[in-house]
Amino acid sequence: MRKFLNGPWVLLMPTLIILTCVVLLPLLLSLWTSFTPFKLTKPDTLYRFVGFRNYERLIGDLDFWIAFGRTVLFLAIALNLELVFGLGIALLINKITYGQRTLRTLMMFPMMFSPILVGFQWKYIFNDNIGLMNNFLREFGVIQPIPWLVDGILANVSIMAAEIWSSTSVFAILLLAGLLGIPKDPIEAAKVDGCNSWQVFKNITLPFLMPFVFIAMTIRSLDVARAYDIVQMMTGGGPAKRTELLWTLISRTGYVDAKMGMANAMSYISIFLSIAFTFFFFYKLVEARQRLSYE
Amino acid sequence: MAKVSLQGVSKFYGKVQAVKKIDLEIIDKEFLVLVGPSGCGKSSSLRMIAGLEEIDEGVIKIGDKEMNNLEPRERNVSMVFQNYALYPHMTVEENLGFSLKIAGLAKTEIEERVHEAAGILDITEFLQRKPSQLSGGQRQRVAMGRAIVRRPDVFLFDEPLSNLDAKLRNQMRTEIKRLHQKVSTTIVYVTHDQVEAMTLADRIVIMKDGIIEQIGTPLDLFERPATKFVATFIGSPSMNMIKASIIKHNDKLSMKTKDGIIVPVPKDKQNSVSEGQKISFGFRAEDIVPLKFGQKPSSAWEMQSSVNLAEPLGTETLIFTNFGEIEIVSRMFTPEQVKSNDVLDFALNLDRTYLFDENSGLAI
Repeated sequence: MRKFLNGPWVLLMPTLIILTCVVLLPLLLSLWTSFTPFKLTKPDTLYRFVGFRNYERLIGDLDFWIAFGRTVLFLAIALNLELVFGLGIALLINKITYGQRTLRTLMMFPMMFSPILVGFQWKYIFNDNIGLMNNFLREFGVIQPIPWLVDGILANVSIMAAEIWSSTSVFAILLLAGLLGIPKDPIEAAKVDGCNSWQVFKNITLPFLMPFVFIAMTIRSLDVARAYDIVQMMTGGGPAKRTELLWTLISRTGYVDAKMGMANAMSYISIFLSIAFTFFFFYKLVEARQRLSYE
Repeated sequence: MAKVSLQGVSKFYGKVQAVKKIDLEIIDKEFLVLVGPSGCGKSSSLRMIAGLEEIDEGVIKIGDKEMNNLEPRERNVSMVFQNYALYPHMTVEENLGFSLKIAGLAKTEIEERVHEAAGILDITEFLQRKPSQLSGGQRQRVAMGRAIVRRPDVFLFDEPLSNLDAKLRNQMRTEIKRLHQKVSTTIVYVTHDQVEAMTLADRIVIMKDGIIEQIGTPLDLFERPATKFVATFIGSPSMNMIKASIIKHNDKLSMKTKDGIIVPVPKDKQNSVSEGQKISFGFRAEDIVPLKFGQKPSSAWEMQSSVNLAEPLGTETLIFTNFGEIEIVSRMFTPEQVKSNDVLDFALNLDRTYLFDENSGLAI
């Protein structure tokens, strides 16, 4: 016992206790509830074990899988567009010699707004009666107002626009950091070796940038996979579940329908989605770094 | 294969003029070394030839073609960089073949040329490795290989040996010289190391503060330095340089130092100086020798001085002693022990003493 108290365990103890309290116990509790028909309104249900019933129901639940699929699609499209726009912005800013710092700061403005406010703002931009977008289009003769947040496809596009607006700068900043860190010599060597600008970019700049791309992808895939606030503000997952993503569905199931057990079962399934994306991008990251012989 | 000519070329960085209207003709197949202290404009000049820096004034031609508005890729030059600038994500083979692939050559042709270059530089066994798996010397060889596979009109070397240790540097220096004999292409080589310049060059260009101080063969520069700067820059140890003014002494023109030491003006310079002129006179370490251990030159001036420090190097010994208040260095080639504080008689060879005007810095 004495030895135990003197060992490294003592030093690790505070961390272990805190981690147990704030991470491990809640995790175990939520895992447990996913095996119960736990309802917030009926505390007794917490102690009724029903096995995999929640999971079995979910497997046959079309609404859940549509939300799941929509989240994956949303993730794929948003990440790729953000990458393209972010890369473009980073490359342009990297070219500027005067006023670069100011622009870098300006570029970060969207990140400074709370996602709730971003949702609000874009909700008004896309409002079919009083929104800026329809007002703007009217100037060009589009008299019939476009139902941005009602139409199934347009509503998803609108949310995507808000998401991209608020987060492209994350990509831009990480990629700009990558661009600034690229050694000059290989690029100059490539120019002398006969490359035009596109060939330099494709053969030298991009391989140097790939680790940064995958770091940005990892961070953003986690962000987007838990997208909630912007969607909740703009459409609340509706109308008629047309913009339902995993977390709007889960929060409604847990809090509105009070089916916490079911909601936790959904969470556990969707966490695998995040883990899968993270794993994939990390794998790619290591590969890209190895190609540059960093490791 | 081509000559390179720079006509009135200038480079500005903001308000600073790094290169000041230099004119330079580089002959076809010549090994030309640009040498000078850092900030003298030698690298800027090289990078303007490569097309990596814009030419702010003047004209650069390779062959008979003006290069000013051409991209680096349109100039058919190869460049070897100080820190190799290899592509870290490609194998040695891909590094070597990259320019050929960009140029759209057939695979078999690329392979053939890469293996030929690898053979010349003795790096065939490393072809499948990544640059990070190579030592400094091997990387430098890959960088050179990458330059030669293209069969360019001109090779540009930007301080290629600065990152190597002393032993490897000597070895690579020999290899570069040998490479030039094998591929016989025009080479422009930038360095701050005068030993490299002396050993490699057909002709040396010495630059300082953006202007060319002197152009000539290594021996030209050593024997007939045009300016005080060239005299002290070329040769190791540096030429001893002492400030003096010309006076009349016993009816002959002499040089009087600040400490009142009077040395006669060498015979052949008697008519080139005038009384009252401010000058510096310089002499190399081997031209002032201890009488005891050396041969007295035919036209000598003698002085007595005590030894501050002696550095025996085997074939030669460097002796640091005082010339008035100024420390000078003497070199003798006899293996004799000299100790600090020994008092020796030194003989200065007046025939090999150089005079420079103090105002213009030009040789007299």
